[in-house]
Amino acid sequence: MTHFVKAWILAIGLILTPTALSAQDALPAAPSVEPAAASGLEAADAPAAAEAPASGLDPALYTPMKPTPGIGMPVDGGIDFQEQFSETGQTAHWINSAILVPMMFGVSILVLFLLFWVVFRFRRGANPEPSKTTHNTFIEIIWTVIPVLILVVIAVPSISLLARQFEPAPEDALTVKVTGYQWYWGYSYPDNGDFEVISNMLSEEEAEARGEPHQLAADNRMVIPVGKPVKLLITAADVIHSFAIPSAWFKLDAVPGRINEKVLQIDREGVYYGQCSELCGARHGFMPITVEVLSQEKFDNWVLANGGTVKGAAAEPVATDADADEASTKIAAADAAAATN
Amino acid sequence: MTTITADGHIDDHAHDADHKPAFFQRWFMSTNHKDIGTLYLIFAIVAGIIGGAISGLMRLELAEPGIQYLQAWASISNGSEASMDQAYHLWNVLITAHGLIMVFFMVMPAMIGGFGNWFVPLMIGAPDMAFPRMNNVSFWLLVPAFLLLLGSSFVPGGTGNGAGTGWTVYAPLSTSGSVGPAVDMAILSLHLAGASSILGAINFITTIFNMRAPGMTLHKMPLFVWSVLVTAFLLLLALPVLAAAITMLLTDRNFGTTFYDAAGGGDPVLYQHLFWFFGHPEVYIMILPGFGMVSHIVATFSRKPVFGYLGMAYAMVAIGVVGFVVWAHHMFTTGMSVNVKMYFTAATMVIAVPTGIKIFSWIATMWGGSMSFKTPMMWALGFIFMFTVGGVTGVVLANGGIDDNLHDTYYVVAHFHYVLSLGAVFSIFAGFYYWFPKMSGRMYNELLGQLHFWIFFIGVNILFFPQHFLGQQGMPRRYADYPEQFAYWNQISSIGYAVMLVGVLIFFVNIGWSLLAGRKAEGNYWGEGATTLEWTLTSPPPFHQFETLPQIK
Repeated sequence: MTHFVKAWILAIGLILTPTALSAQDALPAAPSVEPAAASGLEAADAPAAAEAPASGLDPALYTPMKPTPGIGMPVDGGIDFQEQFSETGQTAHWINSAILVPMMFGVSILVLFLLFWVVFRFRRGANPEPSKTTHNTFIEIIWTVIPVLILVVIAVPSISLLARQFEPAPEDALTVKVTGYQWYWGYSYPDNGDFEVISNMLSEEEAEARGEPHQLAADNRMVIPVGKPVKLLITAADVIHSFAIPSAWFKLDAVPGRINEKVLQIDREGVYYGQCSELCGARHGFMPITVEVLSQEKFDNWVLANGGTVKGAAAEPVATDADADEASTKIAAADAAAATN
Repeated sequence: MTTITADGHIDDHAHDADHKPAFFQRWFMSTNHKDIGTLYLIFAIVAGIIGGAISGLMRLELAEPGIQYLQAWASISNGSEASMDQAYHLWNVLITAHGLIMVFFMVMPAMIGGFGNWFVPLMIGAPDMAFPRMNNVSFWLLVPAFLLLLGSSFVPGGTGNGAGTGWTVYAPLSTSGSVGPAVDMAILSLHLAGASSILGAINFITTIFNMRAPGMTLHKMPLFVWSVLVTAFLLLLALPVLAAAITMLLTDRNFGTTFYDAAGGGDPVLYQHLFWFFGHPEVYIMILPGFGMVSHIVATFSRKPVFGYLGMAYAMVAIGVVGFVVWAHHMFTTGMSVNVKMYFTAATMVIAVPTGIKIFSWIATMWGGSMSFKTPMMWALGFIFMFTVGGVTGVVLANGGIDDNLHDTYYVVAHFHYVLSLGAVFSIFAGFYYWFPKMSGRMYNELLGQLHFWIFFIGVNILFFPQHFLGQQGMPRRYADYPEQFAYWNQISSIGYAVMLVGVLIFFVNIGWSLLAGRKAEGNYWGEGATTLEWTLTSPPPFHQFETLPQIK
């Protein structure tokens, strides 16, 4: 019996090797990470940025977006996953609905049916004399091989999904640094003047006043541009937290002393909610994540409204990227490699 | 039961198989595997009541959105008005205590300490365990361990009283995040429980390898003994790693080391690797003896030998071996490289194969049998189906890319309660009803047993199935309160708890009734389907059995 198991383990291994290798090629080259100069709130050039009318940008144009009911949040009595708004999320949702759920129902119903059948057919009343059969090599091979085949059918799309989830962000992707604190989140924007947004849960009254779901809504949101890969660098200041957005199939732990990197891309403008997903102390359940996804122009306005700077926004005044680059020190490649799996 | 006391001073009556020592000596200084097994079972029942009551408190609080009771409970435990943060901390203490109690003080003592002690020597035709005194040490280490854990709830642990770290005790929440003696007490409790289990494991391995009756080769050994043997090896290899991990927690907390502190060159994720290197084998430790018991019960009530005996035995060995190389699927979101995630995805899926062999072999055992549906068989049938349901959600969670959304949600809670609360606990009830008359000499009440099964079965399914929905919708674990969108299924889940509770109460009525008024049980009350050696003895067996070793053909 066991050599069949062994053979099939090897077989899976062989089937999976090419995928794993190609994924290895796709590993992110150790990126240069701008260390989150923790301070960096409103830079001195905020007023300068404000008077950059040439590009049509105006911080006053930013107003917090209202969430769409049922989008980016759980629904009353819901049973399926939340609707997905990232490409990998849609793929993952599809794998679940098209492969995993049928597998679960198929296997469970098969076992249930077999149980009902033996209970009915081989109850003492129907079959007073038990058979003495204790071996049947053929059937044992069947019920070893078929599960292996089912697992291979699951593993192929699942492994390629993993490879896609780990595709690195393009060079020019916006970077947002997410920091978990006891018990709130901080979002800093090193590409935009390194300002930091502190995000606390709204009280029930405030949430109601703003028309947002209580315990999911935060006072200041993490804002990102729509349809573009955003590189999230996730870490924590005290204990382990976990940054999660269920409607983008996104979850990555915030570990003190480590910087985890993952690409977030949401393809629809809107507000998306998540909650801290690693036990982090008393108010673990009360540090929600609110992500607002905006068009590039609205995103730029939001940046300006927060005293940040916008890349190439105007001909003359703003462009402080050079300063930012100077200010930033590159982390040694080894550190970055260790930090960014 | 303690009738022979007058001649307690003549204790070298080797010929008197039923000579029992006096009460204190018998129950507090015991070297008899059956008495120690009984102590373990009583201990597990007490711990189960406490752990189950804690989950009742949690389901009560979660029955509707908002905080209804936590603050009042925290005030009682504080002795003064508790703040909201202390109330939230109490929640974390409850989830921690529920997890640790159910794992270390209910399931493990019941299966390994209780049924293992009682029936491994009986099934292999041995007079007792290899190290009877060490056996007693194993049990009595568990009592202070439990007291330390319970006591930790009443001393400071950071925001409030008690250890609020989760049963996984992740650093740095358990180091810099929890000031006060509570977490130290919880860690020492785990040390003692671990030492107890390691001693037990040494005892079982030695007993099984050296004390089998003449003619009983390893390949003729009953499957329950196989399952305890594999479990003992898992314990022996996994628990020292836990001991090392939590010792480093202790030194990080108290002596200024920085094993898990990045600021001093350590790494919090190191703790998770060490913990889960223990923790994953631990889940098989909790289920393997159940596999063994279910095999016997299915064979007995089908009046047919187990189908594919060798495949069944080596499937358990395979599960044990593979169980050591899949641990990081508990850590898919900690930030692993893509290759590591792919490996752990594939390795985890492999476990489904030997598990599938077991499920289908049980069905094949029944196939062609002549089945009767006494209470133990009902629990075994329930186990097979519910474990399958828990298993298929495990295959879903094994996919690293899918797990990104489900990790640390109620989907995971539903999954592991299907394999533990509906798997391991079902097998414990199955074994309990199967062997209760053998242990006590009294038959249980069949009607109450059937009622217990059906009510419990319905209750736990109402309790845990909706948690899959909550998890898919994104509700995280370990939350005292939740957005109102999650209210519906949480309420259903809490109703399920109430139903289950009725089933448990019937169980206790049944035990009480049976002990007082149960019909006397014969030696082999299950008839011709029950073929292992314990059925050749009286019910209950003599105080010392097999003074002449049985011969196995």
